[in-house]
Amino acid sequence: MSLISALARMEAAASGRAEPVATVRHRHLAERPLVLVPLTTAGETGAPLGAMVGTDRGAPQVFTVAQPRDRDLRFAFLGRLAEALLPHLESCQDEVETIERKETDPESGKRVTVEAELCADAPQLLVPTAPGVDFVRLLGRSMRFRRTAEEDPGTPYPAPPRVPLLGRWLTHYAERSRVPGSSLLLPLTGLLTRHWATGQSHLEDQHLGTLLAWIAPPDGESGAEAARRAELERDGTGQLVRPPAGPATDPAFDNRLLAPAVARYDAGVPGAAEELRELIASQLRPTWEAMWQGVDLLRALPEGAHVPDRWRRDRQSYTHHRDRLRAGEPPQPRRDDAVTAARKLAMREQRQAELEAQEALDDPLVMAVRRLAGEAFTAAVTDVEMAYSEGKRPTPRPLVTLRTEDTPLLAEGDKVHRQLPEGAQQRAELVAEPEPGVLVLRLLSGMGRGKEPAQGTVPEPGDLLCWTLFEHSPRGGPGLPEPEETPWTHGGPPGEQTAEDPDPLTPEDVL
Amino acid sequence: MTAAVPPFARPADVPADGNGGFAPGEAAARATEAILADTLHGAYKGVVVDSPPGAGKSTLVVRAARELAAAGHPLMVIAQTNAQVDDLVDRLASADPELPVGRLHSSEPKPYDPALDRHPSVRKSAKPADLAGLDIVVSTAAKWAWVKPEEPWRHAIVDEAYQMRSDALLAVAGLFERALFVGDPGQLDPFSQVGAEQWAGFSHDPSASAVDTLLSHNPELPQHRLPVSWRLPASAAPLVSDAFYPYTPFRSGTGHGDRRLAFTARPDGSPVDRVLDEAAGSGWGLLELPAARTPRTDPEAVSAVAQVVRRMLDREGVAHSERAEEPVALSAGRIAVGTAHRDQAAAVRAALAYMDVEGVTVDTANRLQGREFDVTVVLHPLSGRPDATEFHLETGRLCVLTSRHRHACVVVCRAGVPELLDDHPATEPVRLGATLKAPDGWEAHQAVLAHLAAHAVPSR
Amino acid sequence: MTPTLGGTEGQKATLPHQAERTPQQRLAELRGGPDVPQRPLDARALAALAANPGCRRRALLDGAGVDKGAVAQALGSPAPFGQSQFAFVRGNAFEARVKADGGAALLALLCAHTGEDCPDTSEVALPDLTADGPAGRAARTRLALDEAYGGWALLDHPILTLEVAGTTAYLEPDALALHPDGGVTVIEIKSFPILDGSADPAKVGAAARQAAVYALALAGPGATAAWAVREQALLVCPKDFSNHPAASLLPLRKQVATTKRQLARLTRVDEIAAELPPGASFSPGQDPGTLTAAVESVPAAYAPECLATCELAFHCRDRARDGGAVEALGRSVRGELGGLATVDQVLAAASPEGPGTDEPAAAALRRAAALRTEALGASRARAEALRASGTCDAEPGGAACR
Repeated sequence: MSLISALARMEAAASGRAEPVATVRHRHLAERPLVLVPLTTAGETGAPLGAMVGTDRGAPQVFTVAQPRDRDLRFAFLGRLAEALLPHLESCQDEVETIERKETDPESGKRVTVEAELCADAPQLLVPTAPGVDFVRLLGRSMRFRRTAEEDPGTPYPAPPRVPLLGRWLTHYAERSRVPGSSLLLPLTGLLTRHWATGQSHLEDQHLGTLLAWIAPPDGESGAEAARRAELERDGTGQLVRPPAGPATDPAFDNRLLAPAVARYDAGVPGAAEELRELIASQLRPTWEAMWQGVDLLRALPEGAHVPDRWRRDRQSYTHHRDRLRAGEPPQPRRDDAVTAARKLAMREQRQAELEAQEALDDPLVMAVRRLAGEAFTAAVTDVEMAYSEGKRPTPRPLVTLRTEDTPLLAEGDKVHRQLPEGAQQRAELVAEPEPGVLVLRLLSGMGRGKEPAQGTVPEPGDLLCWTLFEHSPRGGPGLPEPEETPWTHGGPPGEQTAEDPDPLTPEDVL
Repeated sequence: MTAAVPPFARPADVPADGNGGFAPGEAAARATEAILADTLHGAYKGVVVDSPPGAGKSTLVVRAARELAAAGHPLMVIAQTNAQVDDLVDRLASADPELPVGRLHSSEPKPYDPALDRHPSVRKSAKPADLAGLDIVVSTAAKWAWVKPEEPWRHAIVDEAYQMRSDALLAVAGLFERALFVGDPGQLDPFSQVGAEQWAGFSHDPSASAVDTLLSHNPELPQHRLPVSWRLPASAAPLVSDAFYPYTPFRSGTGHGDRRLAFTARPDGSPVDRVLDEAAGSGWGLLELPAARTPRTDPEAVSAVAQVVRRMLDREGVAHSERAEEPVALSAGRIAVGTAHRDQAAAVRAALAYMDVEGVTVDTANRLQGREFDVTVVLHPLSGRPDATEFHLETGRLCVLTSRHRHACVVVCRAGVPELLDDHPATEPVRLGATLKAPDGWEAHQAVLAHLAAHAVPSR
Repeated sequence: MTPTLGGTEGQKATLPHQAERTPQQRLAELRGGPDVPQRPLDARALAALAANPGCRRRALLDGAGVDKGAVAQALGSPAPFGQSQFAFVRGNAFEARVKADGGAALLALLCAHTGEDCPDTSEVALPDLTADGPAGRAARTRLALDEAYGGWALLDHPILTLEVAGTTAYLEPDALALHPDGGVTVIEIKSFPILDGSADPAKVGAAARQAAVYALALAGPGATAAWAVREQALLVCPKDFSNHPAASLLPLRKQVATTKRQLARLTRVDEIAAELPPGASFSPGQDPGTLTAAVESVPAAYAPECLATCELAFHCRDRARDGGAVEALGRSVRGELGGLATVDQVLAAASPEGPGTDEPAAAALRRAAALRTEALGASRARAEALRASGTCDAEPGGAACR
């Protein structure tokens, strides 16, 4: 952990209130995010117990399963969930802008410019916690290979009509959430901890209630006290006042309230279904409120300058998924083949590097962390000496002398980068360090094409500049072979991509 | 513990001492012949060679490349860094000045070591087409990945294959039909900047090492190993072999009397001089600082490292070895300091500069990989730490740091590391099907510390 | 009885006041007397010790068989642990299903992974291990392990013994498979799924540590040389979303090495206990103040990870927070703090007006604090500049920005 973040935690612990670790909001926050609070059944894989869903704080939809081990009830739940989520997930498919992109022409092999559609916006899905994201992934996996009666009239346990489609959307959102800086699907705890440090540990921060208590304690109470209550306070019957944000429920709730209610339902006691519904809703409601409180807190932060650039990539990801659905492609396979896995990893590494650079450029507090680590420095210009490159067409290569109090880990010849006032980048290399804290840089780029540097691209004595040792828009690596060209070292071509079989369902699946 | 039955049987160990009855030259030659036979005449698409530190990996690569070329098989050579590529090209051209060698490089400024310019037979270019028809073309995996596969090479050699990531091999494997994969399984594993857990246990996990993926898909490939370290002295090979290569043991190519390190100036009685004499006599020295929790750039430890180097130079060390008739003066260029972190290396460099020491290599384990020195001074990765992390426990990091030397290794460390290791929570997640690094870093650290304890000199 | 895993021979002499007592008596005393039942050390508890092997408090209380849950309750910081009966029912049902039909399914899974020929159920011995009490069942298990040599056998819920901290721990693996070559495979049946070939790594890790305890028990003193414990356990879980079993081999080499070393350290319980005031005990029934004093007299090594594994963690957390211990904010926070152990010390060292200190971490802390202050100031200045200019000027009165 960076010493600056550690210090923020100490200050929070001492003051009793969370401290900022960011001065701008580093993630996209939709005007109308779709909030999903799911609950699952202990011990059963992918057996939902209930969910609270919606884009309107005042009007959530609540779905529950009275007997989670009953497959028919589970399917009915998923069918209702699909009807609630899909209209929103599909809502941005048709409003598009036209963009140009480079593509390799399959016949000539040349790079050509083609027109493509880009959805103007994309729906954002928010869940309470990181396990909530995993649960979305699990739900997606459990649904996307199901067959409906329409697709396969012979299937013994047909899924409700739109369930497989929801499975594919949730799978896409969950996979996208693994991309650094992406914002299609986010856990609220992750969003909040990116922007605030509490006076408790990172592990305890995974508890949404305590996290909010530290960031926005009720009047007259310290964050520490409020967090303690949020975590541990139980009512007279031993139930938590603030139930966990899920998807797992509190064992005391399962054993003392839920199990007897399920037993009454199984016994056919009148009103048991309604009782269960209210019981499960009572566990969801506090988290629902917490979600919107968190959204309000985040909305108060100004958006980081590069956030729209990254959101554009999310929109691209959304558009690609839309296109795959429209093209009738089969559901995402269970396991990535070698080429797909390598491509995903390469893309995520590039996004990670880009995210780290952009967050630092957007936020002086993040840049401070990089400066402390010796990966960036601010310096005052003390001297500028005009110089030119050798060769037929000399180009400007001015020498800039700087004085800094930072301690960048630099050696002669190392490259450094800065953002010019208009947003362009400038590269320079370290020529000498005549004495500690004094650096001589040679500017290498960003000065235009002319014989003399363009206006405002060469600093003047007295200017205060921020240089980074990392590139601002890291380049991607080379391409990888197509899956059908997978080499022998990686098992050879995976074979024709066909729709995978659904998970076999047998009568014994339900205990 | 006096268990009646050890939980698991271990493979036969190599005797820990001496070279009784062992002829290292012959053993190494036999291994090399078998490797070359498989490479030139074998029926397999791949041959894997495990090479412990200083076992002659580069010599093998140069020899295999020359023999393939001589047999009329042009080949591509893939290494991982530009420095490795330049080194290989230099060795190839020095071994056979007539051999047409291509150095494929990037289009960045200063893309290769200008020292290559002294070889007239070496052609350098950023364009593969310029190098067409040469017997051997050498480049980095990153550069090869940009080359379009048209007519694949019949042969390739992949150097440092254990430090190459599986996805990097995927990007270049279409360029060749068959390949010799050479590397050191004990050094630092490749890593990924982002989580790759979702593919853990896959045979083609893109973040795994190239050799892991290759062997998962082609388990029938012949696997060889070079059995002799010509770098590590008889005092170091058994420890490094036991601690880091328990299942593929190796031995030292030299015996206990073959190398000797001595200092001209007499010791001044200080702990630094005592640890230097201990290391000169036994091959190992541990300068133990009082237990304390410190930040990474522990000023006392950094200063101790610098003093060890300073005294080593002041006392005018002399190294006797099988490589030269005459003893060789232990000059600054023959000494290296190894650290875990870059800021530690920077702090040591500053301390050495303050003491007017020049020419000593100071770097992190990552950058010392593949290098060789007469004496190394190591700032122990766990010195002064409040806890051990995965980074600091990594087997490869300690292995690199303790296997760079030909004569002696001095470790500088705060007391209390064994307790720190004992208190380390063992709660590692386990991923089904993922290959496990053997040995585990925790065990390797315990083994090294237990050995060093016998060579410890308290600093106060 | 002499502890066997750690070798306490040659350790310091027993103190006079406990001269006549055996370690067992002393441990019973710590629990609050012979009437307070000993909480059995099971494999899960032993494996959980690995989560914080540096904690002397936990080592002593677990080693003495103290019911930490009751102690935590008495201290006013109960652990909110518990198992949902849904998970419990489901786990039992799955295990019963997997073991039905004489273990045929289990052995088929095992052989599919080891490449051995799967025996017909008629060739598999299923020894009856029922007996009164754990000691009896352990004896039956031992007998069965010896007798079955030479053929296939499946031991359902055998009992193994392991000498830990001077007491006998009775351990109950889900099953053991005996191979015709004399090899023994530990079988762990868990209710978390193997989904598309992967499983929750944290849970698999816990299962591996638990299996390692069984492997150690099988290899410990009293084991017959013929039992060659295989170094891979078989993990059996529900496959995907079904109730059908899927399995995977779990390598145990590493877990055995660490667990062995940690259990060896556990024998230092005597040593820790010797430092306690005479007569101190952890009986939950005693006066809370006395109990607190007894608990506090053994040093703890609290870290937030304890919250998931130790019943006393909430008590220890309160103490750590009250004392301002930096560890309460997470293990990784300590990394660059050097010798500074409390929040107050850190903040004082970081403050520009703070007292001079020779703590080497202070310089970096001051630099960090200065950079943080500078960045927050810059951001405030920028926000104010935005407020003063730009959008606000366009709107009369700038009300929208307030």
